[in-house]
Amino acid sequence: MVNPDISKPARPRPGPAFALLVSGLALLAAFALGLGFVHVELPAVARILVSALTGQDVAAAGITPVERAVVLEVRLPRVLAAMAVGGALAVAGAVFQGVLMNPLADPYTLGVSAGAAFGACFALLLNLAALGAPSVPLWAFAGAAGSLLLVMYLASSAGGFSSNNLVLSGIIVASILSAGIGFLKYAADEQASVLLFWLMGSLASKTMGDALLVLATAIGGTLICLARARELNLMALGPRAAESLGVDTSRTRLLLLAAASLMAAVAVSVTGIIGFVGLIVPHAVRSVFGPDNRVLLPISLVAGALLLLGADTATRALLPGEIPIGVVTALLGGPFFLHIFRKRRVGKYGF
Amino acid sequence: MDFELAGACFSHGPKRIFTNLSLGFAPGMFHAVLGPNGCGKTTLLDILCGHRKLQQGSLRAQGRDIGAWRRKELAKAISLVPQDYQVHFPYTAREVVAMGRYPHLPRFSPPAARDEAKIEEALSVCRLEDFAERLVTELSGGEKQRVAFARALAQDAPAMLLDEPCSSLDVRHSLLVLGIAAKRVREQGGTVVAVLHDVNLAARFADTLVFLKEGSVVASGPTRETLREDILETVFDTKARVAEEPALGVPQVVFL
Repeated sequence: MVNPDISKPARPRPGPAFALLVSGLALLAAFALGLGFVHVELPAVARILVSALTGQDVAAAGITPVERAVVLEVRLPRVLAAMAVGGALAVAGAVFQGVLMNPLADPYTLGVSAGAAFGACFALLLNLAALGAPSVPLWAFAGAAGSLLLVMYLASSAGGFSSNNLVLSGIIVASILSAGIGFLKYAADEQASVLLFWLMGSLASKTMGDALLVLATAIGGTLICLARARELNLMALGPRAAESLGVDTSRTRLLLLAAASLMAAVAVSVTGIIGFVGLIVPHAVRSVFGPDNRVLLPISLVAGALLLLGADTATRALLPGEIPIGVVTALLGGPFFLHIFRKRRVGKYGF
Repeated sequence: MDFELAGACFSHGPKRIFTNLSLGFAPGMFHAVLGPNGCGKTTLLDILCGHRKLQQGSLRAQGRDIGAWRRKELAKAISLVPQDYQVHFPYTAREVVAMGRYPHLPRFSPPAARDEAKIEEALSVCRLEDFAERLVTELSGGEKQRVAFARALAQDAPAMLLDEPCSSLDVRHSLLVLGIAAKRVREQGGTVVAVLHDVNLAARFADTLVFLKEGSVVASGPTRETLREDILETVFDTKARVAEEPALGVPQVVFL
């Protein structure tokens, strides 16, 4: 009657796949470090990195100071930032999707990125950065958390969050916030062009401090969420069943949403709005490895890093001028969003 | 596992669900809760499993106030099959059933042989072996509901709360699922509290019946004493006839 082989999902083993992705990421990073106006060969890149890490100049023999400076001071922060932002956004998307039980959730579609951007713009314009470096990310987090709460409040009904309500509320809140950002830009006057480029999502001219901040947030946030991955899995059964299995759903939900918002907010505060990474990556990973968050979260971290670094490197290498990376991801991710939306409407996902 | 509600009051916002409800569920029995829509059956189960807190009155499980139980202890003692059996991500049926072992597993440790055995047993008694590796999102409603029941079985708790566990099941599978629950009660001395819509299924499997209407108990007690035409008519506002069914050896109901 039932052939069990028909739809038995063939899922690759996560351990080897993770190792493979990490090696791929390392290779791509090394390649990206050498690529650009000043071309540096892979072995030279490796030697520069080794000499910088070990402090021994022997390894860097025969490398010009220009090459060293370009790799370490110009490209390394950008490469690290691209990886960290991609990873942070992908994990944040996976967590939002899991907690809200909604495949269309993502920092961008939920208005969280817009909230973070609004908070960051506000801090930038008032020059709050003078009070200390972390104030922009902190304001971004406040904006992200505030807009998430608002979206959840708007979308909540007796039973939980319906997909349509959530996405609609996200769009409403994001459009109000983007009007707010528009007003800030108008108020900013001569600083507006800086804000504008930042808002479109750019990885150019990032400092090492920026890159390390996002990197630490991405890894730390992923670890926090990973520690709650089993509870996140159980939440797919709905709140009643999860509670009956001993999960403190409201606390778990709060912790996970805060961690995901923090990851998204810090990413936005450094690079501006980069949309859809958090939508595409968890989806692709889930379709290959299944929905278990203990696998989904770490693989999404690496896959998100790969995607954004790949996109950034490709636009840097192939296109004549600098295109904001946010434009690229939106061009890639928008059609993908439409595809999921359509598939969900015809019932493929059973939501 | 027994439950003792005393003077229980519960409201949903302005809507009163229970006022001064007192009710006991003795251990080692199959209790069926019956009543018209909106009489508070689901809320009663929510309260019994600790999902909702009473505003007044007390609930004791095994003589201990429900608030004094730790979450994981409660999850080891009471399992719940909620009315909503949807799973929101494409897990396999086996993965969903394995989630039932969560309260028994220390953090970060994989299922042990004992857990695997419970998972296999739950899949096999619910006749889900052929579905075990299939994605639960692609199963039919009835199959999903059986997976939810198997998940609660794997939880292996002395008390099982079932919220309309047969709402999407055909006759054969309704008998299968309630039969499994009744067998657990008989053989392992467990306690089952099941909200059922089908009075005849209740009469066939339950040791005691609780009739609720508008948040109050109309009647409760052993099935043979409470399955009466006058009680049924009061509760459901429909004329009923109760007659012994010789093939089953239990009374059955026809609504007229």
